[in-house]
Amino acid sequence: MSADPIFSVSGLTKAFGEGEGEVLVLRGIDLAMEAGEMTALLGPSGSGKSTLLTILGTLMRASGGSHAMLGVDLMHASDAERTEFRSRHLGFVFQFHHLLPDLSALENVMMPAAAAAGRETRAMRSRAMDLLDAVGLADRRDYRPSAMSGGQRQRAAVARALINNPVLVLADEPTGNLDRQSADQVMDLIRSINRTMATSFLISTHDEHIAAQCQRRIELLDGRIVRS
Amino acid sequence: MNRYAVKLAIRHLLAHPGQTALLMAGVALGVSVFIFMSALIGGLATLLTQRTVGSIPHVVLEMPDRDPSVLVPSGAAQVVLQKDLSRRDQIAIWQPAVPIIEKTPGVTALSPQIRGSAFVERGQAVAPVGVIGVQPGKLSDIADIDGAMVDGTSTLPADGILIGSRLAGDLGLRVGQVVRLSSDRGRARSFRIGGIFSLGIASADRQAVYMNFTTARALFDLPTGISRIEIKVQPATDAPRIAAALRRSTGLKATAWTEDNSQLFEGLDAQARTGTIIKAFSLITIVVGIASAMLLSIVRRQAEIGIMRAMGASKGLVVSIFVLEGTLIGLVGAVVGALAAWLALLPLPPVSEVRSGGLPIDRAQGDFLLAVTLTTLAAMLASILPARNAARIDPVEAIGQ
Repeated sequence: MSADPIFSVSGLTKAFGEGEGEVLVLRGIDLAMEAGEMTALLGPSGSGKSTLLTILGTLMRASGGSHAMLGVDLMHASDAERTEFRSRHLGFVFQFHHLLPDLSALENVMMPAAAAAGRETRAMRSRAMDLLDAVGLADRRDYRPSAMSGGQRQRAAVARALINNPVLVLADEPTGNLDRQSADQVMDLIRSINRTMATSFLISTHDEHIAAQCQRRIELLDGRIVRS
Repeated sequence: MNRYAVKLAIRHLLAHPGQTALLMAGVALGVSVFIFMSALIGGLATLLTQRTVGSIPHVVLEMPDRDPSVLVPSGAAQVVLQKDLSRRDQIAIWQPAVPIIEKTPGVTALSPQIRGSAFVERGQAVAPVGVIGVQPGKLSDIADIDGAMVDGTSTLPADGILIGSRLAGDLGLRVGQVVRLSSDRGRARSFRIGGIFSLGIASADRQAVYMNFTTARALFDLPTGISRIEIKVQPATDAPRIAAALRRSTGLKATAWTEDNSQLFEGLDAQARTGTIIKAFSLITIVVGIASAMLLSIVRRQAEIGIMRAMGASKGLVVSIFVLEGTLIGLVGAVVGALAAWLALLPLPPVSEVRSGGLPIDRAQGDFLLAVTLTTLAAMLASILPARNAARIDPVEAIGQ
């Protein structure tokens, strides 16, 4: 492992509920990732994959352990600091595309940057166009999500995840809702971005075929890493 | 102003044009009611005020009541004060007060007058009257006698008088006829009826007789002083304040019309309060409507809000979007409502021309700007709570990840 990981978590735990009803979903995760790494996170349903991604994405706080990224102690950062950190350094791709229905593909790709800046700029537009071009959707820039296919929407979601030039993209079952052909297209795209832009990807999946395309695999079972 | 929040708020509104239009129509209706009530209550007040105070002085200046001074040293003796009736009430030196009154803000006209009681005699018919001696150029400064003439002319020559229509009817008098006037000072002389007026106020039309100021001096044996100074002010509702100012500046007793017409004033006040309550309810309706619409919109957009928060949108941005959305509904609805109300009130006649049975609506008192401002503010306030709820949405729950 590199001396300078982009993030590291140690002894990470997450419990839901209290007292007798408490459910421990993560039971001491130790994990770090290098810049430019493409890692698959495997495990059966309920193993804690999504919870781990959510915590790494600063959308949820861990119950215990440490969580640092790019030198920032995210365990103890305020909500506002975590939001800003998320906006600057992290990208997300979800199983469902979650594009905003009232915005065009181009506007959706610009959204994370515009939300942070409070306005859309020419530079954002130009970068969003480049990203749409890279994901093969340049001709769909003015289309609303409702006028695009499932694969196109997911590719637009990948482009959106990259608009702020993130260090790490967290992808939770990014191909889970797609047919094989569309899934392969999205994975080709992710690999190509990982190669050309050196963006790190942590991809949670059930699919061995997807995991086989990643450089590293981490297996989770009952809230513990069983193979890394 | 966060331009991106404005863009998203507009997009949200345009995404469901039918629902947005319906919401704005509701706001517009509320604003129309607000404006209509303002114009109606204001118009009604104007009409009642015009009809009541149009022909009466707004402030009357007279000599202060004189009390006899107590000559006995204070002690155990009981002192009974009685109004001094030994001298006539008159403003002996009145000319210096005129420029002071004229310069008082709010004063629009003044009329020095000599007043007294007299009997009109024609043959065997006798009627008691109140004589008002006015300077000819100031005849219509207090009551619009010029505009109320129904026969003859309103000039006031030394031997001419103007009488009311009811008095003329009671005594069978016509313009050009000569009548005899006997004053309460024991002086009498004949006058030619120069004109007959009808103010529409029974007491004035039956008992008021206008004559030349100089002639009145002789008839009431008042060589230098005057009885009172009558004053018109604008607006009439400022009369109490102006009366107080005049009391201080002239040292005279100043009586505002509101003191003698307190019931009307209370009535107008109650009417204005009723209007305020109705207006407040229309604003509350707007607030409730917008707040519930915003809550619904937020529930529907929960996943979108979650995804925006996940992508790094701050809570402030989410609040801004939904507050702006509500504010825009309020602003556009209010402007449309104000415009619709203005157009609807356009064909209505001014209050002064309202016929019996018609609604005295004064468009100028419609409070258009106030209605738009208050509605926009109310819409903004109505959106704050739902918007804060939106900002608290947990992105993880909202996007179901």
